[in-house]
Amino acid sequence: MKFSQALKMAFSSILSNKMRSFLTMLGIIIGISSVIILIGIGEGTKKDVADSISTMGTNLITINITGGREVTVTTAELTALKSQPGIKEIAPTIASAVTAKLGNQNTTTSIESSLPSYSEIRNVTAQYGRFITQDDVDNRYRVAVVGTDVLDTLSKGTPYDSFVNQTITLNGTAFTIVGILETKGSTTAGSTDNRIIIPISTAQRLLRNKSIRTFYVEAQSPDMVNTAVATLNTFMLSKSNNQANTFRVFNQSDLLTTQTAAADSLTTMLAGVAAISLLVGGIGIMNIMLVTVTERTREIGIRKAIGAKRRDILIQFLIEAITISGIGGFLGVSIGILGGNLYSKFMTKTVVIQPNIVLLAFVFAATVGIIFGLYPANKASRLRPIDALRYE
Amino acid sequence: MIKLTDLYKSYEMGENTVVALNHISLSIEAKEFVAIVGPSGSGKSTLMNIIGCLDIPTSGSYILDGKEISTYNENMLAEFRNQKIGFIFQRFNLLNKLTALENVELPLVYMGVSAKNRKVRALEAIRSVGLESRMYHRPMELSGGQQQRVAFARALVTKPPVILADEPTGNLDSKTGVEVLNLLKELHDQGNTIVLITHDMNIAKKAKRVISLMDGEIISDEEVVPNEV
Repeated sequence: MKFSQALKMAFSSILSNKMRSFLTMLGIIIGISSVIILIGIGEGTKKDVADSISTMGTNLITINITGGREVTVTTAELTALKSQPGIKEIAPTIASAVTAKLGNQNTTTSIESSLPSYSEIRNVTAQYGRFITQDDVDNRYRVAVVGTDVLDTLSKGTPYDSFVNQTITLNGTAFTIVGILETKGSTTAGSTDNRIIIPISTAQRLLRNKSIRTFYVEAQSPDMVNTAVATLNTFMLSKSNNQANTFRVFNQSDLLTTQTAAADSLTTMLAGVAAISLLVGGIGIMNIMLVTVTERTREIGIRKAIGAKRRDILIQFLIEAITISGIGGFLGVSIGILGGNLYSKFMTKTVVIQPNIVLLAFVFAATVGIIFGLYPANKASRLRPIDALRYE
Repeated sequence: MIKLTDLYKSYEMGENTVVALNHISLSIEAKEFVAIVGPSGSGKSTLMNIIGCLDIPTSGSYILDGKEISTYNENMLAEFRNQKIGFIFQRFNLLNKLTALENVELPLVYMGVSAKNRKVRALEAIRSVGLESRMYHRPMELSGGQQQRVAFARALVTKPPVILADEPTGNLDSKTGVEVLNLLKELHDQGNTIVLITHDMNIAKKAKRVISLMDGEIISDEEVVPNEV
């Protein structure tokens, strides 16, 4: 018997019982579409995490001083660290909440004071005007580079470039706006646009506070991150009388690894749930095929009596099972892609649908059809014609 | 055409062994019209299954169209059935999902005949039983007599050397029964070998030769002069 003939027979059999065929397919449809949507959401989360971490700067090491005032570092000491193994750039910061006033509007925001190196390390640039310079730091100029959220709060709708060279008042001291920060949007770490960057020397005078509680270090390369971390640990231990609990050194790649691993395990879990529903769908196919075989015992007997071989019957029932799961798989893929896009549109979440996952899901559906169709098909093919013909 | 030698068939029924055919020898020549008659339990169904290649004997030899088939496996039997036997069943055994024409085509599907050829041959067969006007109907839309004629067409379409009719009139009223028997006679007149299995002596007398079975043994085998029922 030719394959095309077997396919034709399978289709006519499926069509002769549309409702049952559809309900059988439903298990596969739900299984496949949930695999695609859930893995899409998992992969989307992973991409979000990776994106948000990369906006914070690569090769980044953050040092927080958590101990008391006795642990201090100075800008000069930190600048000297640049010659140490693994370290490329270093940016000490002093951060504080301030009241910013522009015209007659005021708002509370945070200042982050640092050196020009902050721009490279934290991946922060000015979209209009300029970033702070070494000259600003050396001369304690009252200059500010302002984030776009601050400007939106103080003067909504004004073009950002028109703020350059205007005066902004921070805690009562007038500063000249020399630049507008690039808009970065919100990340998992909160908005990076709601801040004002000023030279660290100016901040120390403005805030009457010289202590650096956080500084950022850029490693020479991703491979040198560990070397740089070792250097920094040695340095911090020497500054804190070997009190390791008074400071924390952590690097972005560790964070990236941890968060990616978390997102990966989320994806795996979602895929597992979806795979189980696909398995249930497969069992549904087997169940219906077994019922079908029993129902059609007489048909099998007739076909065998007039010359159908075991192989013919096996192929007939197997193709029926594969066709059901194949159509179910196709519908599941379509619904999965549609559902993923709708989810990402209405829930404003990132959903990444990878073609290889779609292909894998479809192949899995067909395989489920083969595996769960094989047992009923084999059972059908083994029926003896004289028994099958006698079946009522 | 058909040669049974010392044919023995027994079944295991729990602890007991039931002998269905007890060392039967029998031969049927080509173009004969033979009726096998006997009450239920006489072994005639078992004999029909073996002649029809649906089952194999426990021992003994069965030669059909020159081939010893008692040693054939399942697949070889299926192929042989397909080519050598045309079945006509008491309950017609048509597939209800297929049209009359598709039912007639089915043996050719398993024979591997191309779709175009199948159609030509099926049409020819369905015409020979006078049902071309109903060939696109499904069995449920046909009367019992018409369904049995579709079954005849299906049996004839492969041009098998032997036509095996198992109680072909059992599910029909007496008038249609006579029609079907006349059709069998017609087929015989056209040169087909026909084996008719029945429990009804009156029907058996339509044949040229009647073999009576009882308790798995042949009790008589005689030529009859056909009389009109």
